[in-house]
Amino acid sequence: MNKKVVVIGGGIAGMESSAHLAALGYEVTLLEKTDKLGGHLLNWEKLFPTMRMGKEVVTFLNEGVEKGKVNVIYNAEILNTKEIMNGFSITLNNNIVLESDAILVTTGYDLFDASKKEEYGFGIYDNVITSAELEEKFMKGEKITTSDGKIPKRIGFVHCVGSRDEKVGNTYCSKVCCVTAVKQSIEIKEHLPETDVYCFYMDLRMYGMHFEALYRESQEKWGVNFVRGRLSEACENMDGSILVKVEDTLAGKPMKMSVDLLVLMVGFEPSLGTKKVGKILNLQFGVNRFFKTQDQHTLTNVSNVKGIFFAGSCTGPKTITNTITDARAAASTIANYLSGHDIHNRIMTSDIKATV
Amino acid sequence: MIFDPFVLPFTIGLLILFFIVFYKFGGWIRKFSSEDKSNLKKALFSKNLFVACKEIFYESLLHRKIFRVNPKLGYMHMSLAFGWFLLIVVGNIETRIHSGREINGPFYPIFFKFFEHNRSTIPFSNFFVFLMDLLLLFVMTGVVLAIFKRFYSKFFGMKSTTKLKIGDKFALYSLWFIFPLRYLAESLSSAVYNTGGFFTGTTGDILGSFLPAADIYYYFWWAYSLALGVFFVSLPFSRYMHIPTEVVLIFIRNAGVVASKQYNTLSEIEVNACPRCGICIDKCQLNTSLDNKKIQPAYFLRDVRFNQVKEEIATDCMLCGRCEEYCPVGIKLNNIRVAKRKDFAVDYIDNYKYLPPDEVAKADVIYFAGCMTHLTPSIKHSMTKILDTAKVSYWFMDEDGSVCCGRPLMMNGKDKMAAELIENNKRKILASGAKIFVTSCPICLKVFGEEYNLGIRVMHHSQYLLQLVKENKLKLNLTDNNIVYHDPCELGRGAGIYEEPRELIKRFNNLVSNEFEKENALCCGGSLGNTKMSHDQRNIIAKDVVLQLTSDNPDILATACPLCKKSFTYKSSVKVMDIAEIVANSISQTEPEKIISRKEALMNA
Ligand code: SF4
Ligand code: SF4
Ligand code: SF4
Repeated sequence: MNKKVVVIGGGIAGMESSAHLAALGYEVTLLEKTDKLGGHLLNWEKLFPTMRMGKEVVTFLNEGVEKGKVNVIYNAEILNTKEIMNGFSITLNNNIVLESDAILVTTGYDLFDASKKEEYGFGIYDNVITSAELEEKFMKGEKITTSDGKIPKRIGFVHCVGSRDEKVGNTYCSKVCCVTAVKQSIEIKEHLPETDVYCFYMDLRMYGMHFEALYRESQEKWGVNFVRGRLSEACENMDGSILVKVEDTLAGKPMKMSVDLLVLMVGFEPSLGTKKVGKILNLQFGVNRFFKTQDQHTLTNVSNVKGIFFAGSCTGPKTITNTITDARAAASTIANYLSGHDIHNRIMTSDIKATV
Repeated sequence: MIFDPFVLPFTIGLLILFFIVFYKFGGWIRKFSSEDKSNLKKALFSKNLFVACKEIFYESLLHRKIFRVNPKLGYMHMSLAFGWFLLIVVGNIETRIHSGREINGPFYPIFFKFFEHNRSTIPFSNFFVFLMDLLLLFVMTGVVLAIFKRFYSKFFGMKSTTKLKIGDKFALYSLWFIFPLRYLAESLSSAVYNTGGFFTGTTGDILGSFLPAADIYYYFWWAYSLALGVFFVSLPFSRYMHIPTEVVLIFIRNAGVVASKQYNTLSEIEVNACPRCGICIDKCQLNTSLDNKKIQPAYFLRDVRFNQVKEEIATDCMLCGRCEEYCPVGIKLNNIRVAKRKDFAVDYIDNYKYLPPDEVAKADVIYFAGCMTHLTPSIKHSMTKILDTAKVSYWFMDEDGSVCCGRPLMMNGKDKMAAELIENNKRKILASGAKIFVTSCPICLKVFGEEYNLGIRVMHHSQYLLQLVKENKLKLNLTDNNIVYHDPCELGRGAGIYEEPRELIKRFNNLVSNEFEKENALCCGGSLGNTKMSHDQRNIIAKDVVLQLTSDNPDILATACPLCKKSFTYKSSVKVMDIAEIVANSISQTEPEKIISRKEALMNA
C-alpha cells in the first residue's frame, strides 16, 4: 500500500510540494481552509522581477496538483491530531478523519495589519492604502485615483511597514516588499506617467536575480525617486492629501512632503493558521514567531516533531521562487524520511551538532 | 545598684546606638531650611504631635500598611515590633512596681529575671509572669517567621527577598538570636529558681530534667546580652536604621515638610526609613515580566543610602508608581528616582530658535493633543469630531505638530531644557484667552497641571468629555459592548483620575472590572520614564498586561492614553481603543443639525 502524506495549506508551497509528493508515488491529501487553491498568489497581478502574470504561475501549480491526482479537501479545518503507529490521525471539521505517515505544514504568512502602525494613518486617512490594496486595483483594472477620484500628482511608497521594526515586535526583513515597491512604482508610472513617485526606504534589498536591474530601470527609465529615511508619521492635510514626515538620512535633515496617495509596503507575519496548527501539532516557534526549523542550514524543512515537515513562508518570508524551490525540497526530504532514514536526527550523529 | 558584668555588652551597645542615632538625627535637622525648622518646632507643641504619635503607633508598631498588602508579612513585622515594644513597656512597669524606684539601670528590666528570683513581693506577680511569657511567645512567632522568610519567601506570597549587605548580616543574625537566647536564659533560670510562667517555666522544667541548668544559665544571659549589644551597634549601619528613622519621618511629615524635586534632607530621611520589606520588588513589572531584580526601590534606595547609585539602575525604571503606591513607608519613590537621575543628566539651556513662531487663536477651550497623540491620529480625530459636534469654541493648539510639553525631559532629569519649552507653550496658552485646557495625553496633563501655573483649568479629555455629556452637549448611543478599562499610570496613580473615565464608559457601555485596575493598574510598558529598556522588553510587558486585562474576553480594551494604546495594539487580539474613540463612535447619528466639520468650515472660509 502507498504511504500517505497530508499537506496543510493550499498556497504555493502546499500545491507544489503535493505535486512532487504525488509524483514520488505517495497518496497525498491537501487541506485548504478556503474554497480555492493558490493562497496569496491569487491576489497578485504581475510578478517581480519579470512582470509575468501571477495567473500563469497559478495555472502551472494547478496542473501539478491535478496531474498528481492529489486529493484536495476545501474549507478544511483541523480540530485535533493524534500520534498513531508510525504516523498521525487527523480529525477535521465535518468529522473527516485522515491517517497519514507524514505531515507537511505549509500554512504560510499573513500580511501585517497596517492599522497597528497607527502613526501612518491606515484606516484613518482615506488616501493611505496598503501595497495589497494597490495590487488589487491593478488586478481589477481599476484606475489609480485618490479617494475623491482625482488623479494623484504624487504617490509615496513606505517601505518596511511592520518589518524591521522593533516597536511592533517584528525585527526581520520581509524580503519581498522592496522589490514589490519597485515593481509597483513602475506600474504606476506606466499607468500615470505624469505622477511623481517617491519611495521612502531604510535600505533597498535587491538581492534576487534581476532585482537590481529592475531597480535601475525604475530610476533610469521611469524616474522613480528614492529617499533614504524612515517615516516618522503621516497626517492629513486640509485637502485630504497626506503630509509625511521623514528624516532624509542621506541629506541629513528632516523633511516634510505632501503626497496624494501613500502606499504602505506591508510585510509578512506568521499566519493565524501557522499559529493554530503549530499549537495543535506541538511545533516549535522561533524568535520571529515563524516555525523553527531543526537547523538553519541543513534541516530547513524539518520540524521538532518526528514525521512533520515544513515548506514555504511558514518558516519565514520567502519569494515565490524560493517558496517553489523550498516546496520541492520538502517533498524530497519527506521521501527520504518515508524510505526509512532518520532525518530528524541526522545532524545529531554528525560532528556538526557538537559545534552548533 | 544591682549589677553583673554580663550586662556590659548590652549597656555599651545601647549607648553607642543612642550616640550614633542622635548624631545622625542632629545632622538631618541641621540641614533643614529655616522654614522647615520652624515648622518642626511648631509641630512639637501642637496637636500634630498627637497625630504623628498615632500614626507612629499604627505604622511603626502595628505596621498596618504592610498588613493591608500582605497579612502574613504584616503579622511578622507587627509581632516583632509591637511585641518587643510591649515587652519593654510591661517589663518596665513590672520592675518599677517591684523595686519601688523611679530610676533603674537600663539593663535592670531587661535582665529582670536574672536579678530577681523572689517574686512574692511583687503585686500581681503571677499576672506579670503570665503576660511577659505571652509577649515573649508572640515575639518568638515573629522571629520564626522572619527566619522562615529568609529561606522560603514564597510562603509570604513573595517571589523575592532582598539581598544583604554586611551591616545587615550582623544586625539580622543577632536579631534572630536575641529572643531565642532570652527564651533559653529565662527558661534555664526558671529551672533553677522557678521564676517562669507557662512558656519559660515549662520549657525550664523540661530542660532542667536533662541539663545542669544551675551551671549553665549564667552563660546564656551573657549570650543574650551580647546578641543585644551586637544588634544595637550594627543597627545604624544596617537596614534596621529604618526603625528610629521612620518614627522621625512620620513626625517630620506631619509637621508639614514636603518633598521637593531636588534630593534633599527629607529624601535622605526617607531613604533611611526603608526597611527593605521587598513589597516594591513584588509589585514591579520589571521583576514580574522581565525578571529584573536589580532596580527596584529596595535596592535603589540602598544604593542611594550608601552613595553607590549607578546610572543604569537609576534610569532603568518606568516611573509607573506601582512601588510607591504600595510602599508601606509612603516614600516618594518616583521623586527620589528622578532627583537622582539629575546626577547623570546632561542638562543645558538649548537653543530652541527652531521652535515655530507663536501663532495663537482666541478660543474658550484649548485642545492639545500631545506628541504621542499625533502618533495615534484616530484619537485626535475623535476629539475634533466630538468638539465639533458639541460646538465647542476651541483652538487645536498643536494641530500642525507639537512643541513638547517638557515632561519627558523632566523625567530624565533635564529641568533646564524643559523650562524653555514650558515658557514657549505657556506664552501661547495665556495669549489665547482660553479658560479650559484639554489634553489627550496624561503625561502632558501632569506637567501642564503641576508645572505651568496657568491659572486656568487643565483637564484630561476623559474629564472634559464627561463634562460635555453631563452638560448635555453630547448625545451618545447606548451599546452593549463589554469594555475593560486600563488606568494609564500617569492618569491614575499619577493624577488620581480613576472615576471620570469609568463613569464615561459606564453611561453607554458595560464596564467590566479587572483585578488590575485603579491603584493596582499595571504599566503598559511604553513608559517614557525608562530610557534603558529595549522594545522587546516593552513588548513582553505589554503582552503580559494584555493577557491580564483581557482575561474575561471583553469586546474592547479601552484606555485613555495614546502611549498605552500603542503599546497594547501590537500585542492585543482584542480591539484597543482610546476613550475618545469610543465616545466619538457612539455620537448619536440622529443629531438634527448637520455637523459641519472644522475641516469643511475652514475650506469654505
Ligand atoms: S524587503 Fe525591503 S521593505 Fe521589505 S522588510 Fe526588507 S528592507 Fe523592508
Ligand atoms: S521602598 Fe518601600 S516597599 Fe520598597 S522595600 Fe522600601 S519600604 Fe518596602
Ligand atoms: S516605578 Fe514601576 S518600574 Fe520603577 S521600580 Fe517602581 S514598580 Fe518598578
